[in-house]
Amino acid sequence: MLAREVLEELVRVLGREYVLTEQEDLLTYAYDATAAMKHHKPDVVVAPLTTEQVADVVKIALRYRVPIYTRGSGTNLSGGTIPIEGGMVLSMLHLNKILEVDQDNLTATVQPGVIIQALNDEAAKHGLLYPPDPGTVTTATMGGSVSECSGGLRGLKYGVTKHYIMGLQMVLANGEVTRWGGKTVKNVTGYDLVALFTGAEGTLGIITEIIVKLIPAPEARKSMLAVFDDVDKAGRAIAAIIRNKVIPATLEILDNVTIQTVENFVHAGLPMDAEAVLLCEVDGYKEVVQREAVLVERILKEEGAVQLKIAKDDKERDLLWLARRSALPALAQKRPTTVLEDATVPRSKIPDMLKAIRSIATKHNLQIATFGHAGDGNLHPTILTDERDAEEMKRVHLAVDEIFETALALGGTLSGEHGIGIAKMKYLDREFGKAGVAALRRIKKALDPYYLLNPGKIVRRD
Amino acid sequence: MSVYDSLDSIAEELHKCMKCGNCMAVCPIYKETRQEVGVARGKISLAEYILSGETEMTKGLGSRFSLCTTCMACNTNCPCGVRFDKIILAARAESVRKKGLQPAKKIAFTALKMQRVFDFGMKAGSIFQGVALKNIPNRHSKLARMRVDVGIGKEKVFPMLSKKTLRSEFPAVIKVKNPKLRVGFFTGCMINYFYTDIGRAVIEVLRENDIEVVIPKFQACCGIPASVNGDVASARTLAKRNLRAFERMGADALVVACSSGGTAWKHVFGELLENDHELKALADKWAKKSYDISEFLIHQVPFKKEGLGRVARKVTYHEPCHLNRGQGISKEPREILKSIPGVELIEMKEPGRCCGMAGSFSLVHPDLSGQISDRKTADIQTTHTDTVATGCPACRLQLQSGVENAGFDEEVLHTVQILAESYRVGKEELIHSK
Ligand SMILES: Cc1cc2nc3c(=O)[nH]c(=O)nc-3n(C[C@H](O)[C@H](O)[C@H](O)COP(=O)(O)OP(=O)(O)OC[C@H]3O[C@@H](n4cnc5c(N)ncnc54)[C@H](O)[C@@H]3O)c2cc1C
Repeated sequence: MLAREVLEELVRVLGREYVLTEQEDLLTYAYDATAAMKHHKPDVVVAPLTTEQVADVVKIALRYRVPIYTRGSGTNLSGGTIPIEGGMVLSMLHLNKILEVDQDNLTATVQPGVIIQALNDEAAKHGLLYPPDPGTVTTATMGGSVSECSGGLRGLKYGVTKHYIMGLQMVLANGEVTRWGGKTVKNVTGYDLVALFTGAEGTLGIITEIIVKLIPAPEARKSMLAVFDDVDKAGRAIAAIIRNKVIPATLEILDNVTIQTVENFVHAGLPMDAEAVLLCEVDGYKEVVQREAVLVERILKEEGAVQLKIAKDDKERDLLWLARRSALPALAQKRPTTVLEDATVPRSKIPDMLKAIRSIATKHNLQIATFGHAGDGNLHPTILTDERDAEEMKRVHLAVDEIFETALALGGTLSGEHGIGIAKMKYLDREFGKAGVAALRRIKKALDPYYLLNPGKIVRRD
Repeated sequence: MSVYDSLDSIAEELHKCMKCGNCMAVCPIYKETRQEVGVARGKISLAEYILSGETEMTKGLGSRFSLCTTCMACNTNCPCGVRFDKIILAARAESVRKKGLQPAKKIAFTALKMQRVFDFGMKAGSIFQGVALKNIPNRHSKLARMRVDVGIGKEKVFPMLSKKTLRSEFPAVIKVKNPKLRVGFFTGCMINYFYTDIGRAVIEVLRENDIEVVIPKFQACCGIPASVNGDVASARTLAKRNLRAFERMGADALVVACSSGGTAWKHVFGELLENDHELKALADKWAKKSYDISEFLIHQVPFKKEGLGRVARKVTYHEPCHLNRGQGISKEPREILKSIPGVELIEMKEPGRCCGMAGSFSLVHPDLSGQISDRKTADIQTTHTDTVATGCPACRLQLQSGVENAGFDEEVLHTVQILAESYRVGKEELIHSK
């Protein structure tokens, strides 16, 4: 419970309407989109309207040592917004203005509560595009996606969120307002703190303004779907496309378990015995798209695709993508709990990773479906389970451990795009070693000595 | 077990939700408040906490569960197929069982059950309403605004109560020569008491198509205002009365021109009466032959195209949630509009987004309802049309109120009124050509 004077000070700064204290409201900030994760109720929820209010709130929190859990839309998959130590949830959703689209510098300046799609709608009016497109583009905030360094389907060609963040306004843990980076392409002044704060999951500062890079929207695109009877062949096809100097905007894979589930769910016309499906889209100028599409088609055939479908128009394109789009929902309907991981490996190791996941599933007698961004090595092994079944959940945790071990052994990483949060904290030293984790902790302490910002996430207090 | 009887009935529905938050993209309330409790995911969590025993039903929870227009946009956008409309009904019914109905609503629903008192109140209202309501000049219809704020704000525009109710204007059976069909007309309250013009249009169009119209005098309120607010007992009483009234008169089919009424006859009566063998069978029988007027005119009749006169209107169509998502009727009204000579149909941005009326929601949350309405009004204004067509009197009220407050010239009509107008013009054209 918070002292009365804390609440009074918060109300003084924000007004009654923007300070929630009733149980019925607090309970709805106890969770996020992470499956099988214990929820925890905050003591208060505040929703500032300005950067100054954010700074004032942080100063109050500092004075009374109240933990601050910054929250965008709460769609992260790593427990990143769960207030496990109680205290305050800081909702950024009222800071939701697009401040500027600068066509000359190809940038946009936005507040953190802006929804990614809203930025894209605005950019599209000028023929521009903000490429990062996590599955949650229509719900996730810019602040949340910068803090998770979200990826998406276009990672292979266009990179991920961090490649588009040029400048940040940050409220630091001492309540001071700072600016880093800006609209210039080149900037080597001081340490690159824009890079540090991007993907920091709200543990190092609070983002109150973001300058992003925009690119001209591609003129044309072409999608194709290839069916393989062998995972290795699909893997070789991925490598061959890249080796031939074609970088598709997206290159996605679905494994056999996913294919069967999706097929039962939406009847997209996929063969049930297919071992892997690759979905590929090239984009750019019309002429380039034409050339690359022909090339990709040839490569897919040469690498042994048993079936190939090429979309003639947008309607056919949507049909091809139906299977991929339905993957998660279809899997989610099969069992009540869907544990979605995002361990990532170098793209050449995709076939090894797929096979390892399959043997882990057999070993622990679990249903694991795998799909994901094959082009950038970011797979989503998805364990279908029921969190009410304690015995099965034990096996789930063992399997997750082994998936991480495998990814690291293959030269990969624990998380490609979902972040560490609470969910993957305990695995950090396997990737960094003790010295590495200690270095992270020193950075945390330098910027946030009292562990006010999102405590209990990424690095543990010593 | 029906959603009206126990919260346990939705346990599996709740478990389907994976908290992805996709509902945030489409929820009209969340768009305004940006508070988690406004969106389906928030209220689903609250229901889960009640079921798990982590919290008890409180008055406060009851008021949180009132934050839903039951527009069902979240249902459609949910990757896991969660039927949030069921969850909210169950949660509200549980809240009424545990904590009782809010006093204001209680009075309203008791009155709805007591038809005669209601009739008198409404009639007296039509004489005395000048005291409370202030006429506002409008080219298209009689509108009024509250003189005093009785807790719902003075912003809302109301249609004036009609001098005569629709059902007193017409005999119980309206004969035609050589009837093709005998159809029962469930008027619903708004059409009976306020928008009698819609009712007259329905009758006119049916007669034009050689259909005998039956309007049982003892039909009652559809009960939706009660059932969506958890007052299950009142809703059951009304369902029974309606079923008996129509069964007594008999008809080949039943038509409604109101999306709540349609939902009631097609789905809700059966659910409410699940445990009553005899009445459940009756409800199912009538559900099978209940149609929205546009659905009926397109698929059952199909309506006469010859004799349609020229109606010069630029029309945009607003989809009532319970017609579109609730009953899957979205193409039919457009088809009717497109078949009328002279009508130009211009789509607005997001025609399927809720107008924010949602029956008593707009009375309990007038500010929120107004904000949601403002977005709709702005979308209508940018179409540069002169008419908004819709399929529900409640939406019509909200749209009219929005347009009136924004101060631009746009007539709001039920689709069937424009069709009736076209038949009327057609007759005049015929006379002139002779
Ligand atoms: C169905 C589904 C599909 C998904 N698909 C993808 C995908 O394809 N790719 C992908 O990368 N992710 C994906 N995600 C994960 C998630 O959507 C993204 O991480 C998203 O960007 C989070 O945005 P948010 O606004 O919901 O942030 P939140 O969940 O609210 O917050 C995320 C983190 O950011 C911090 N934070 C939020 N705002 C600020 C701020 N202003 N300042 C500082 N810290 C802040 C929070 O403390 C938290 O640690 C998916 C999730 C779901 C449920």
